[in-house]
Amino acid sequence: MFAFVISRILQAIPVLLTVSLISFAMFAYVGDPVAIMLGQDFTEAQRDALVRDLGLDQPFWVQFAEFVGNAVQGQFGLSYRLSRPVAELIAERAPATLELAFCAAVLSLAIGVPMGVYTGLYRNSWLSRFFLTFSLVGVSLPTFLIGILLILVFAVWLGWLPSFGRGDTVQIGWWSTGFLTWSGIKALILPSITLGLFQLTLIMRLVRAEMMEVLRSDYIKFARARGLPNRVVHFGHALKNTLVPVITIVGLQLGAIIAFAIVTETVFQWPGMGLLFIQSVGVADIPVMSAYLLLIAVVFVTINLIVDLLYYAVDPRLRIGRGKGGH
Amino acid sequence: MAAVVKRFFDSDLWWSFKRSPVTVLSAVVALVCIFGAALAPWIAPHDPFDLASLNLIDAFKPPVWAEDGVAEYLLGTDDQGRDVLSAIMYGARVSLLVGLSATAFATLVGVSVGLIAGYVGGAVDGLLMRICDIQLTFPSILVALLVDGVVRAVVPREVHDQIAIFVVIFAIGISEWPKFARTVRGSTLVERNKEYVQAARVIGVPKLRIMATHVLPNVVGPVLVVATLNLGLAILSEATLSFLGVGVPPTQPSLGTLIRIGNDFLFSGEWWITIFPGVALVAMVLSVNLLGDWLRDALNPKLR
Repeated sequence: MFAFVISRILQAIPVLLTVSLISFAMFAYVGDPVAIMLGQDFTEAQRDALVRDLGLDQPFWVQFAEFVGNAVQGQFGLSYRLSRPVAELIAERAPATLELAFCAAVLSLAIGVPMGVYTGLYRNSWLSRFFLTFSLVGVSLPTFLIGILLILVFAVWLGWLPSFGRGDTVQIGWWSTGFLTWSGIKALILPSITLGLFQLTLIMRLVRAEMMEVLRSDYIKFARARGLPNRVVHFGHALKNTLVPVITIVGLQLGAIIAFAIVTETVFQWPGMGLLFIQSVGVADIPVMSAYLLLIAVVFVTINLIVDLLYYAVDPRLRIGRGKGGH
Repeated sequence: MAAVVKRFFDSDLWWSFKRSPVTVLSAVVALVCIFGAALAPWIAPHDPFDLASLNLIDAFKPPVWAEDGVAEYLLGTDDQGRDVLSAIMYGARVSLLVGLSATAFATLVGVSVGLIAGYVGGAVDGLLMRICDIQLTFPSILVALLVDGVVRAVVPREVHDQIAIFVVIFAIGISEWPKFARTVRGSTLVERNKEYVQAARVIGVPKLRIMATHVLPNVVGPVLVVATLNLGLAILSEATLSFLGVGVPPTQPSLGTLIRIGNDFLFSGEWWITIFPGVALVAMVLSVNLLGDWLRDALNPKLR
């Protein structure tokens, strides 16, 4: 187990280094930070002093090492657009994105898994057909259109839910939460559905396919032959084995949720990291972009690591195979 | 030529096409979209770029079936009195153009990388596939956004507006190539040990030529399927980028740009400005995706 964890962590390091190299290259070579920081009037001496201050006269690898060192401490410099530390900006907006992603993930799991089980068990019922057609629509509709349609129906026509922003938030330390006020919860509903709908249909289709596959296997037939009731066979035997691949996909999709949060946040003017990023892309605010890139990479690598470990914990075959020293 | 046509109508492919009503329907929808887009300058009822013909009196007309609808503007008009239907046709043109070019670009890069990785093998293969893996961990829309953002930072604004459409094509193409590389590498690994390749190697055909004229034709089948499925995705990526305001410039609006512009009028009740381009986008993507699904199943001998 220990060796497995270590080898996974070692595999993650080159990925992170590559991404930080790209991120650093953007930081260092795209645009001219000196020109941007100096403004219009400056002397040659001022320029040189700033170059030395920023360490820009150092060799490439020294600068890169310094960049990584700063990044590990969470320092990414100042945003060109807002002239504030990037780390501060991101920390301020992280709660909004994380709460949104959390709600979307919970929503897609809580609805997607039961729908998948149902359509897998009762393949020909009209409700299954309805779910499948619905999932096709969910896959084909782009995220921003789902958001626009939801706004049109629930905010403009019916007027039930707010169409933008987070509503009232409560500050707990540095974390601002929307869970504790009624308007905050109402503001979460539409964005979460928008963000979660694609994942929901994906999970449903996956669970359905796995369920159908598992139900055909010998041990299910054996369980039925033993006269076990349907409930035990379906949920005790079948569902358990269905969930192994679901863990992987859900883990990997968490990354996609964070990426597509960019789109959802734009549609709903949700004050999260995605909106910050898109505003930065629009005006080429490199420090924010490179910090965001690095942050996303860390999140993705961590998720992959956790998924691998979960897999290891859930699937006993992996452990036995390793114990014997073979594959 | 006639023989080729006859062979096509006798083929399994045509047979499975005829037997699936959903596929026939999506082919019809796809063709309508493609022709409507390609022939827009000739068949569109109005020219949305001809400022002289725009009349502010015609602004915000609802679709023809609504109370104040005018037969002249089937799907209504936007804030400047532009015909929504014509704008959609011109927008679909941009969307399709970007989608096709980006897919072609991704295919070119992906197929070349896949062929080289699969045929040369060894350290080259390892390196190229590692790059693939790293890129595949990130959602493609994020990669496209970053590429677009970097180009925006490097290129001055005046130049950027002129080359924006190429930047978008490049960004989407770069974000999609690993899928092609993976597919081609897999089939190349199988092909390179076959006798015809060994024979070619024995008689001294140069490596590049073996790859291009011997291996390539035999690995192209799966690429076709990936490309079709990818076309829908590329169109969606373009629409998403344009919706976020970092795609094609507003002077050359694509469907995504039209949706973004129309989004501002959602709250004042002019829903048709944004919903109809959305419907057109979904129709186009859905029909292309269904065609891709069908092609994948029809070309898969295991499912026959």
